[in-house]
Amino acid sequence: MSHSTVPRSRAEADTPEETPAAPGDATGPRPAAGARAGKLSLRLRLRRDRTLILMTLPAVLLIVVFNYIPILGNVVAFQDYDPYLSENGFVAIFQSPWIGLEQFERIFADSAFWHAVQNTFVLFFLQLVLFFPIPILLALLINSIVRPRIRAVAQAIMYLPHFFSWVLVVTVFMQIFGGAGVIAQTLRQHGYDGFDLMTNPEIFKYLVTVEMIWKDAGWGIIVFLAALSSVSHDLYEAAAMDGAGRWRRMWHITLPALRPVIALLLVLRVGDALTVGFEQLLLQRQAVGVDASEVLDTYVWWNGIRNQDFSYAAAAGLVKGVVGLALVLTANKVAHLMGEQGVYKK
Amino acid sequence: MSALLDKTAEAADRRRPPARKPNRWAAPPRPVWEEEPAKAGLAGKGIALGFACFAILFPLWIVIVTSLQTKKTIDEAGGLVVIPKGVTFIAYQELLSGGQVQKAALVSVGITLVGTLFSMTVSVLCAYGLSRVGSLGHRWILMTLLATMFFGAGLIPTYLLVQALGLTDTYLALILPSAVSVFNILVLRSFFMGISPELIDSARIDGAGDWRILWKIVMPLSRAVLAVIALFYAVGYWSAWFNASIYLTDQDMMPLQNVMIQLVQKQERPVGLSAQINTGQLSPLAIQMAVMVMALLPVAVLSPFVQKHFKKGMLTGAVKG
Repeated sequence: MSHSTVPRSRAEADTPEETPAAPGDATGPRPAAGARAGKLSLRLRLRRDRTLILMTLPAVLLIVVFNYIPILGNVVAFQDYDPYLSENGFVAIFQSPWIGLEQFERIFADSAFWHAVQNTFVLFFLQLVLFFPIPILLALLINSIVRPRIRAVAQAIMYLPHFFSWVLVVTVFMQIFGGAGVIAQTLRQHGYDGFDLMTNPEIFKYLVTVEMIWKDAGWGIIVFLAALSSVSHDLYEAAAMDGAGRWRRMWHITLPALRPVIALLLVLRVGDALTVGFEQLLLQRQAVGVDASEVLDTYVWWNGIRNQDFSYAAAAGLVKGVVGLALVLTANKVAHLMGEQGVYKK
Repeated sequence: MSALLDKTAEAADRRRPPARKPNRWAAPPRPVWEEEPAKAGLAGKGIALGFACFAILFPLWIVIVTSLQTKKTIDEAGGLVVIPKGVTFIAYQELLSGGQVQKAALVSVGITLVGTLFSMTVSVLCAYGLSRVGSLGHRWILMTLLATMFFGAGLIPTYLLVQALGLTDTYLALILPSAVSVFNILVLRSFFMGISPELIDSARIDGAGDWRILWKIVMPLSRAVLAVIALFYAVGYWSAWFNASIYLTDQDMMPLQNVMIQLVQKQERPVGLSAQINTGQLSPLAIQMAVMVMALLPVAVLSPFVQKHFKKGMLTGAVKG
């Protein structure tokens, strides 16, 4: 199997019909391929595969309980949900009165909601412009290093912050750029005014983006490096023979090789536009104030879990979820129209 | 005669200086068609790379160094210390001699170990169960899992469910809701699918069942990807704080990340420390930094070992759902 950037696509598409029957499958139960499998009765297949099904059961159970059942729980968005109607909050759902779309009307009339929407899009846009290109540039840089040791060390360093928690990252930034941080202290010692970047709502959005770059830009390299390593060296050699210099080779060979990955990640990012750093923003909410840091996710958290206005928050979450899903599907469609693979196949 | 020749050849070998170890820092031979790099280009590359590495390592450096200083040097530096003067471990001794932070660290370690083991078991089983294309229900189960990558249920319903299940104020609330990552299952699954079917067939002919095949053949062959996924899960559990912040009310149960928020972000005093902070021996800043080091150390130490497998692990099943 090749390890190109989109290696699974074809294998994933392998329907049982396409799987070539392995030799000797007359006795072995494994090649469940195509026509033969169709002829097996359901009972036989169940007997044959029962162990496999049993193995998937725990994961499926967890996913159903914690991902599917809560989807039903979204009905509280159409209710005036009161958790104290019953001992068990779940039973209370059945006893709460239905109020139709009232919660949604409340949301759309709330200026705080629209402010959160605005912040979400501002942050998304900044990420797209400032964050997105950096892993590509770093990958090109790393890829141009020929010495294996330097390469490995540089990669190890750049991957590192991805594994730190947001609590740690935000705290480190606070210690460096905050009012009592290293930079402000040093400035003060030399007679300049100190400053506090962490609590300044004006530059907060840039600060958030920089934190994101620090934490995850290095990690983003991996995908691009993989795409680069799958480029055939013959292409470079041939281009060099034809007289292309290093920049021309980069423009005509390296960058086109990255194109599908860039398109895919762009689609993923746009599809995920409404989710911009929930934990990161929650952690800095107090320091910088709600005005600058409120995004849709924190808005839902604040109204639901902090203010216990469950129906209202669930409705806001539902709006976010539906718009988000629409974004993913649209972005994917656009990718298909552009002739790229997208997140899933047509 | 030939024996004699052999001997002389051996002697000649011995006289030759031992082959030098390959210098892995050295550049490998350049293809003929590739130009020698320009001096300016090399310098530019070095500066860019140096800046990137510096930007990542410098903050970590001052955090670690400050945690190792006495109150005197910290006060002299007026805050965080860049150039260390001597090394002392009092901050760590203080934190690990009981009290809130030690407890939190133990909680975090426990959650990470138990959670990772649980997640790995569930995920590996599921990935193996789904790795045979054409088995009964394979498509349906896969679709059920994949769909969750496109939409989530939302925070509020999940919160209500966890409450209704009675998980609030138990450690299960930190493990169960986020125990399986569909993404990780996909990575494992596609790796398992890459293992040669002939091998599995032959084991089956020899009478091995699915459990034995998974344990004796598939898992030993997938050590690399298992390590990567285990690291992902472990880092997830180690870094998690949000679930604890909404599902736990008991301060004594809080994991390390949450305690770090209280100590460093909200500038609260650690509970259960002796009066050393007041005696002027120990700077509160050193305590804060030591907590941060405790939070960053495990991942910083572990991840480089798994690093060489990242690419494979990330890409075999990744990007695409």
